[in-house]
Amino acid sequence: MSEHKQPDLARRELLGRGAAIAAAGVTLAPGVMLYGVAQAKPADEPVSSKVRWGMLVDTTKCSSGCNACVEACDKEHGLGNEQHSRDGQRTQYIRKVELRHKFTGATHSLPVMCQHCETPPCVDVCPTGASFKRADGIVLVDRHICIGCRYCMMACPYKARSFVHEALTDQRPHTPRGKGCVESCTLCVHRVDEGREPACVEACAADGSRAIIFGDLNDPNSEIAQRVKTYASSEIRADLGLNTGVRYQGI
Amino acid sequence: MEIGGGKGFYGLLALLGAVIVAGLGAFFYMEHTGHWVTGMDNQIVWGAPHVFAIFLIVAASGALNVASIGTVFGKKMYQPLARMSALLAIALLIGGLTVLVLDLGRPDRLIVAMTHYNFKSIFAWNIILYNGFLALVAVYIWTMLDPTVKKFYKMAGFAAFVWRLILTTGTGSIFGWLVARQAYDAAIFAPMFIVMSFSFGLAIFLLVTMATYNWTNRPLGDAVIRRLKNLLGVFVAGVLFFVAVYHLSNLYATEHHGVQAFILRDGGVFTQAFWFGQILLGSLLPLALLYHPATGGSRFWIGIASALIIVGGFAQLFVILIGGQAYPLVMFPGYEVASSFHDGVINSYSPSLPELVLGFSGIGVAMAMMVVGMKVLRLAPASLADEVADPHHK
Ligand code: SF4
Ligand code: SF4
Repeated sequence: MSEHKQPDLARRELLGRGAAIAAAGVTLAPGVMLYGVAQAKPADEPVSSKVRWGMLVDTTKCSSGCNACVEACDKEHGLGNEQHSRDGQRTQYIRKVELRHKFTGATHSLPVMCQHCETPPCVDVCPTGASFKRADGIVLVDRHICIGCRYCMMACPYKARSFVHEALTDQRPHTPRGKGCVESCTLCVHRVDEGREPACVEACAADGSRAIIFGDLNDPNSEIAQRVKTYASSEIRADLGLNTGVRYQGI
Repeated sequence: MEIGGGKGFYGLLALLGAVIVAGLGAFFYMEHTGHWVTGMDNQIVWGAPHVFAIFLIVAASGALNVASIGTVFGKKMYQPLARMSALLAIALLIGGLTVLVLDLGRPDRLIVAMTHYNFKSIFAWNIILYNGFLALVAVYIWTMLDPTVKKFYKMAGFAAFVWRLILTTGTGSIFGWLVARQAYDAAIFAPMFIVMSFSFGLAIFLLVTMATYNWTNRPLGDAVIRRLKNLLGVFVAGVLFFVAVYHLSNLYATEHHGVQAFILRDGGVFTQAFWFGQILLGSLLPLALLYHPATGGSRFWIGIASALIIVGGFAQLFVILIGGQAYPLVMFPGYEVASSFHDGVINSYSPSLPELVLGFSGIGVAMAMMVVGMKVLRLAPASLADEVADPHHK
């Protein structure tokens, strides 16, 4: 199957190129300055379970018309280059969901992507182990051993996964998408391992909304840990008890 | 007496061969172009091929019924039919697995599925269960054919019987363990699938037996048929019972009202498939045919009833599989949901021709194996009835 050219990236991700720097960042909670302690680790050090990468989405800062995160994700991972796939067959790692409460009429707009569950159903059901969770909490698909059975898509409660319905060209080196495999948000693992933030987080901040913050949930000094400690946040489908890495504020 | 080698035999084989070749063509087409040519998408991720595959796999385990009753429960009357029953089980399973594998996104990586196991995955367990089933039933057939290993006949039969119960539990659990989806996530799927397997498997067995005896002009006692059709009726009623419990218990939980209303009332093609396909045509009508004095004694009507049960089985799996996916995931209870990724909307699915052809070719594979197997192994009872019917015969 030479047409499915897939650089050996997932392998490297699997082995882990070293967990990187905590979201090195200046951070503003109302009136308070918080500094995440940035700790660059040597590149050959394995991914550590001391770190739990996560995101916090503040839906009150996310506006209905804004699609900046989605566009940034598509660009980063080279999505949207399908030639033949129908609308329902195209890959989306992240999408904007519009909510309207049936009784109160309250509306919310929020991005939904792979929630990087601590106990991911997709990993549980995957027959080959292609779906896996790194020690630092990032859930990925090893595209070398995914057989395309789509059981993980049946199992994911967040509809976070897409199946590649056609042969693709011009893939990004860090996102080796291939026909017949399943894929989903990688939490921009290639960036995270370099100490950068995921593309959606960066784009949202650049846009001035700053509705998504990224960081190490296990690091008590990180902005994200401080925020989830101070303010009420929730998981989508908290009833399932999956302890997702992506949390939401304001819904 | 063996299954004839005449024109009819080769004609049937040619027909089945054509179906299989068409299926292979459909497979190469879908594999080469990618799944965009199918009706499946990121919402309906399992489509028509899976309906066929799971029907055949479920039926396979049930097809072993007759052999099990003969061996495990010591009912001599059924023992002459045991070989056919066991062969049918193998044939149906291979037919179903063929479809399942050929629909994978990367069927070329089948070897990966055989070498990389995630033991937490019920799917991985099923791969082991299916292979084990094939091996056990093959041994079982061997103990029936070869007098030198006959002492293992009971043991093999018993092992196969237990194994198939586990196997169908595993198949049912593919759905029963999906916490994400409203229509699934119910432990009742495992026992329901077991009774479904009894019913579908026996219906197919009855049809195959009657057809075989008809075509080869061999006598087939009414007593056997009558027993089997009564048993079939019990199984059909059993499936109805589980279906009723499943829906009633779900109606009790407010959380599940949406999906229940969808399947039972508002689901369009799924609602029709449920009430007309599964309940009326696939359950109530066959029950009436099997037990009504005017039709219950007639082979013709028993055959019709069996065929209807098979149709109903397909309808049931269509409703469970496709209907269960058509109903959107409930991520935000109480909210109206909209997105670019089909959140909050009822998804539709229309199977493409290649998917259906691939599905039917699974039936073709099973039937072809059956026809060839019966000829090569001379499994049809008339030839070896004595030895099998009476275990002490020497
Ligand atoms: S959100 Fe879905 S794809 Fe992501 S880890 Fe959880 S189950 Fe897996
Ligand atoms: S589609 Fe791939 S990642 Fe998903 S369950 Fe199957 S093998 Fe695992």
